[in-house]
Amino acid sequence: MLDYAWLMLVFPALGALIISLFGTRLGRRVVGFLAPAMVFLSFAVAVALAIQLFSLPHEEQSHSVLLWQWMAAGNFSVDAGLLIDPLSIVMALVVTGVGFLIHVYSTGYMHDDPRFPRFFAYLNLFILMMLTLVLADNYLLMFVGWEGVGLASYLLIGFWFEKPSAADAGKKAFIVNRIGDFGLLLAIMVIWTGLGSLRFTEVFEAAPEVWGVGNIAVMTATMLMLLAATGKSAQIPLYVWLPDAMEGPTPVSALIHAATMVTAGVYMIARSAPLFDLAPTTGNWVAWIGVATALIAGTIALTQTDMKRILAYSTVSQLGFMFVAVGVGAYAAGIFHLITHAFFKALLFLGAGSVMHGLHGELDIRKMGNLRAKMPITHWTFFIGAGALAGVPLLSGFFSKDAILYNAFNYSIPLWAIGAVTAFITAVYSFRMVFMAFWGKERDAKLWSHAHESPRVMTIPLILLAVGALLTGYLGLPSLSLIDPALEPAFEAAAGASEGHANLTLELILLVVSGLIALAGVFLAYRAFLVNKDLPARVRAALGPVTKLVDNKYYVDELYNMIIVNPLRSFGGWLAATFDKGGIDGAVNGLAGVTGWLGTQVRRLQTGMVGLYALAMLFGAVALLAWLAIR
Amino acid sequence: MVPTSYFLVLSAVLFVIGALGVLLRRNVLIIFMSVEMMLNAVNLTFAALAYHFLQIHGQIFVLMVMVVAAAEVAVGLAIVMSVIRHKDTTNIEDVNLLKG
Amino acid sequence: MVLFVVFALIAIVAAVGVIISRRPIYSALFLLLNFASLAALYIMLQAQFLAAVQVIVYGGAIVVLFLFVVMLLGGGELNDIRDTNRPFLQRFGWQRFVAVGLGVLMVAGLGYGLVTGELSAVQGDPAAFGQGSVQAIGSVLYTDYLLPFELASVLLLVGMIGAVVLARPPE
Repeated sequence: MLDYAWLMLVFPALGALIISLFGTRLGRRVVGFLAPAMVFLSFAVAVALAIQLFSLPHEEQSHSVLLWQWMAAGNFSVDAGLLIDPLSIVMALVVTGVGFLIHVYSTGYMHDDPRFPRFFAYLNLFILMMLTLVLADNYLLMFVGWEGVGLASYLLIGFWFEKPSAADAGKKAFIVNRIGDFGLLLAIMVIWTGLGSLRFTEVFEAAPEVWGVGNIAVMTATMLMLLAATGKSAQIPLYVWLPDAMEGPTPVSALIHAATMVTAGVYMIARSAPLFDLAPTTGNWVAWIGVATALIAGTIALTQTDMKRILAYSTVSQLGFMFVAVGVGAYAAGIFHLITHAFFKALLFLGAGSVMHGLHGELDIRKMGNLRAKMPITHWTFFIGAGALAGVPLLSGFFSKDAILYNAFNYSIPLWAIGAVTAFITAVYSFRMVFMAFWGKERDAKLWSHAHESPRVMTIPLILLAVGALLTGYLGLPSLSLIDPALEPAFEAAAGASEGHANLTLELILLVVSGLIALAGVFLAYRAFLVNKDLPARVRAALGPVTKLVDNKYYVDELYNMIIVNPLRSFGGWLAATFDKGGIDGAVNGLAGVTGWLGTQVRRLQTGMVGLYALAMLFGAVALLAWLAIR
Repeated sequence: MVPTSYFLVLSAVLFVIGALGVLLRRNVLIIFMSVEMMLNAVNLTFAALAYHFLQIHGQIFVLMVMVVAAAEVAVGLAIVMSVIRHKDTTNIEDVNLLKG
Repeated sequence: MVLFVVFALIAIVAAVGVIISRRPIYSALFLLLNFASLAALYIMLQAQFLAAVQVIVYGGAIVVLFLFVVMLLGGGELNDIRDTNRPFLQRFGWQRFVAVGLGVLMVAGLGYGLVTGELSAVQGDPAAFGQGSVQAIGSVLYTDYLLPFELASVLLLVGMIGAVVLARPPE
């Protein structure tokens, strides 16, 4: 049964192929049925595989499926193969499960879009690539998936390419990701030159013996992977593309830019855990980059007014938390948070999409208010999602965030402290959204009067995701965790390193502390945005320049423009004007001219006189004869 | 017993006469005949060497050349006919479509 | 030997006749003579079957075809009349001299090589050669050379169709 893992890839591939070839002829109904059905079939296969896999004893829970030999050149050979182990299967479950719900939701959300079939072809392509990424059994195949999701992301962000901002956002995402991809490619080369293999199992076996702890090669490889992960997972310094990516359709933001693709960086670091265990310094970097990103993105989210942008910065921030987890070696906690985050963030995005649907595209939370009266299902599911994001006790985000903070505490107290502050900020901004959009009084009466609940095809996925957001947390209860032992075969080395000295008392204390932090955040949001409405303005005034800095997102985009984009652009202009026109064009035109001149000269030989041609032939024959005779 | 080389020299002479015919004459038909003579000269070489080495394969080759020659003459003469019909000339110098 | 000299001379004279005749029809008749003398030479080379085919195909078919064309195009009218009218010695004179020179060179080269060189004396199987009889040729033609033989038939068919298409009067 495990050998049939390739079926998971076949279904979305088929879907993408059929829809892209015949989509417009099949009609919306067929496409709207086919695309989710394909993902559902993948999901079914993933569930079956998961059941099969987890019924095996722990030592056997890593299964390679060789598909075919991909390429072989000299002693370099790569197989296209799938690795089925707890980590990959859990990722596949999340991708296909959340992906299926979002597909269903999209059939409602995109219902009136003229490019409906194309959208689903892209979505299926994305699922295919994401599954390739998580199921690959070697770095090169993973890189294929890595690039593929980048492509799908680019296509989907720029889906409404008539809008210049959407087209620009797509390009920005692609180019910024490219920087990271470059790092991953270099990392793959370092691994190949060092270890002579790209298969995960072989690499992880050989790495400790060949490289050992703190070796310069393993440091290089992991730092390059970190660069790749910061690109894909939107961390400092490459996070700038994610907020802009909200130009894409909302289901895309939910699927790609919250639940799955952006977690690829976290997945890759977790997958490469044996390498990161050999490079503690890199792990340190990962953790600190993660926490810095979490804090900065969290503060930006506090001041944003566009609902999707708040969610985007919150995604960046939560990804930062996952980085902290994998950075301190708590890979299982990172993956745990990845799963819960996939549920509640997809839920929040789809909720935002539902609001947008009901309000005809309006996303400014300053114009909303009292939407709970008009959109009860959206409100309740959004409320649950926000609670899970904020880490309100007993919701999923609470447990996963706590697992991360506990591991961070064990690693370094300042790391924990910043994380805790960020958790507080998270609670504030998530309930700021809830209170401003759904509670209180309506601010824009006209907009409000037209608001309506979304169709069932959109609300049912919301409800299912809300159930997920409520319950997935219980997979990872402290010391009762199902996640840690389940993932253990994938993180053998890591499990012993950081979770060996589990301290239940400490963990419970921290649990209570983070619960209190979250509740305090919610309470502050309640005071500031419902009761005492001039409080935010006064805080903003009091902080003055800091407010301006945060409002402008720390001027990071402007900074990048100044130090990277503009110099590159003027350099490019110079190249185009001087070097290309003068040098390259000159050379090319010169060559063409010389060839043309030679042609006109040689042309004279073609007299059209057949007799002359025959004479030339005879001359050649005699010359050949002479050569034979002399030789 | 005639030495084989005599046959070969004879075929060389015939070949060169044919070649000169191709080069010196302007009439398409005569050029064509000269080409046939050149083919025949080569055939003679094959037959002579087949006899010399007692290898029947040389004669098979002659047969094949004959087949090709027959097809070539049929098509070639048809081309000549249509050229004459279009240009009203048999002079090879008036047919210079290949001029560059 | 005597026969060889006789037929060789006939062949050479006929060949020269082909290329110097004013009228194509004489050329065609000289060509027939050339082919016939070659057929005689084939018999001397123990290639009776080839000799017969030579007479039938070259003498019977090809020369007749040439004659047909000559007749169709008006027989004597189609002589090389322009050859004499043109001042070709001025325009293309050098070509002719070069051609003749090259021809002489070629004969000289080949003759020199053939007379001085030694043909290897490796002998084949006289039984298989079988005096160049129809039987010997046929048994090889229908076994070892079956595929080329069949291809030759296709070639002839294509040649026939091509000739019909090309010679068809324009519509």
